[in-house]
Amino acid sequence: MTNQDVKDIAGQEYKYGFVSDVEADQIPKGLSEDVVRLISRKKEEPSFMTEWRLKAYRHWLTMKEPTWAEVHYPKIDYNGIIYYSAPKPKKKLSSMDEVDPEVRATFEKLGIPLEEQKMLANVAVDAVFDSVSVATTFKKTLAEAGVIFCSFSEAVREHPELVEKYLGSVVPYTDNFFATLNSAVFSDGSFCYVPKGVKCPMELSTYFRINAKETGQFERTLLIADEGAQVSYLEGCTAPMRDENQLHAAVVELVAMGDAQIKYSTIQNWYPGDKNGKGGIFNFVTKRGKCAGPRAKISWTQVETGSAITWKYPSCLLLGDESVGEFYSVALANHRQQADTGTKMIHVGRNTRSTIVSKGISAGHGQNSYRGLVKIAPSAEGARNYSQCDSLLLGDKCGAHTFPSLEVGNSSATLEHEASTSKIGEDQLFYLRQRGLSAEDAVGMIVNGFCRQVFNELPLEFAVEAHKLMNISLEGSVG
Amino acid sequence: MLNIENLHAKVGDKPILKGLSLKVKAGEVHAIMGPNGSGKSTLSYILSGRPGYEIVEGRVDYMGKDLLAMAPEIRAREGVFLAFQYPVEIPGVSNKYFLKAAYNARAKHRGEPELDAGPFLKLIKEKARAVEMDPAFLSRSVNEGFSGGEKKRNEILQLAVLEPRLAILDETDSGLDIDALKIVASGVNRMRSPERAFIVVTHYQRLLDYIVPDFVHVLSGGRIVKSGGKELALELEKKGYGWIDAGQPA
Repeated sequence: MTNQDVKDIAGQEYKYGFVSDVEADQIPKGLSEDVVRLISRKKEEPSFMTEWRLKAYRHWLTMKEPTWAEVHYPKIDYNGIIYYSAPKPKKKLSSMDEVDPEVRATFEKLGIPLEEQKMLANVAVDAVFDSVSVATTFKKTLAEAGVIFCSFSEAVREHPELVEKYLGSVVPYTDNFFATLNSAVFSDGSFCYVPKGVKCPMELSTYFRINAKETGQFERTLLIADEGAQVSYLEGCTAPMRDENQLHAAVVELVAMGDAQIKYSTIQNWYPGDKNGKGGIFNFVTKRGKCAGPRAKISWTQVETGSAITWKYPSCLLLGDESVGEFYSVALANHRQQADTGTKMIHVGRNTRSTIVSKGISAGHGQNSYRGLVKIAPSAEGARNYSQCDSLLLGDKCGAHTFPSLEVGNSSATLEHEASTSKIGEDQLFYLRQRGLSAEDAVGMIVNGFCRQVFNELPLEFAVEAHKLMNISLEGSVG
Repeated sequence: MLNIENLHAKVGDKPILKGLSLKVKAGEVHAIMGPNGSGKSTLSYILSGRPGYEIVEGRVDYMGKDLLAMAPEIRAREGVFLAFQYPVEIPGVSNKYFLKAAYNARAKHRGEPELDAGPFLKLIKEKARAVEMDPAFLSRSVNEGFSGGEKKRNEILQLAVLEPRLAILDETDSGLDIDALKIVASGVNRMRSPERAFIVVTHYQRLLDYIVPDFVHVLSGGRIVKSGGKELALELEKKGYGWIDAGQPA
């Protein structure tokens, strides 16, 4: 990429901030048992789903919003949110051509073409627009390999036995305030099942888009890799620029059976709000994976550049002996953004291993916190963890915080923790400028270098994207 | 090419340069010598635009332009190159990626074609051979984990790739053993041309055995107190800086 490209991009600020004019099927604002039933009815769900939602809703009423995170925001009025919004016409789509042209145009504009012949080679996409999945590409190719990849709604209709078996098996409906809310009202999301011994023939990807005003987005992703299966999954998200905050409370559950491998990558670029902190998405997300069998492996990679507030801790439950959990994260907080993110690695099986590499970048008035837990259960003989948390500060009005916690219940465990905090040095900046790079390009280069260890974990297409995104998101952080 | 007139500069409240004047023509090599604290490095930094120095008086004309009015990156693109005394580490950024960005920023500024990864790699591999640098260094992070000598050689590689009009070498000899010094010097000598000027800042005469200057200036107390040909360096080596200072008002 040339410097001009970077500059062109940097000049665009948030380029996904447009609103699409799509007629929506919405239910009224507010939350009640009736609303929960209505969502379930609209989705033509079997009774086990309706019951599960209602249990979650009733449990949610007994819960309090968590306050322990290092984030500050005005009280959310949960009755001021629209819990279901779907682009009309709401009919079952039999082919891609039936997707609303306006919705299709939206995804085109985002660089996510839904027509398969135009698609990037080897990436199947499930596109979620507001509350519903509007299209899933390459379904046939995947079906030939035995891979099920579809919207969550479709999975509930077509594969209820799988949904019933695995839904809530990693993140139970009682888990936490936001996950429980999601369990009650989630409207769609992606579902994937990779059968025994199958290596998924292409990258899978879900692209989330919030469009409608005053709606919350509550999607749910459930991904199961059966014994010996392998899958790499990518997730991207954007939203229009709006003055009010919008709530995004998603849940992602991963199940890796024995010898299975799941690689889950996220580029989160929800609208971050303006320079003064007006508007932006509240991104309160629960992501967890379970290594259910021996030698299973789950790897999370996330690049979090968007959202006004990020509250997110992709975690691994390492049950199987010799199972492996990984967490690679870059979180950027610029302007008034607040990020409280990290991971939990729960070691239960013997000789389980986990790796945590967290890179936090704070600029402007941004506040970035790493929060992590490494827990070694008494049963986790020979467990090992390596944690590395690095913070980079740009300017003197931002903050970086680290909250690592260790609970070790087995003395044979080995844990390593490294942490560093650095400021972009005047020396580094001057060195690069003396070679002809503008101050902005110099900062971009230093920050991208700082993130490289994490970017290297991303699939190639995403790594390029992440690099560009980092430059855009840093805009206005120099000088 | 370069005309420094009566330059006064300070850092904070401390005056460092006190009326420095120097003319450099294309094709010339000027050595600036002087004791520690005489303002040698300050001069290098001011010419290349490092922030933190206040120009109190004087002007610097470079190729008919007001050098001091230009941002550091513009000076660089206009052909001013500083080989750093202490090259900086940039973790996670590969040497070749960094060099390509620098090369293309300059090319673009001059309306010359930018190079894609393929042809650029070919170019820097050639240049790396010329400074006897293992091409493996091109893929490593900029200066990270390099030895002192490797860092200095990397500076000369950059010099060779960016082909500046005015190259300032700030104590390039410091921390080099004799073999590394010879490699660095031969890299510099290969770059000498009628279109290019060098300012070689050094504390010791040793470097000037290998990079033979046209002029030698002695900097003391923020001013050039003596100028001469290459033999001045030898005289200094023999008599020490005290010989110069003795003749100066305190």
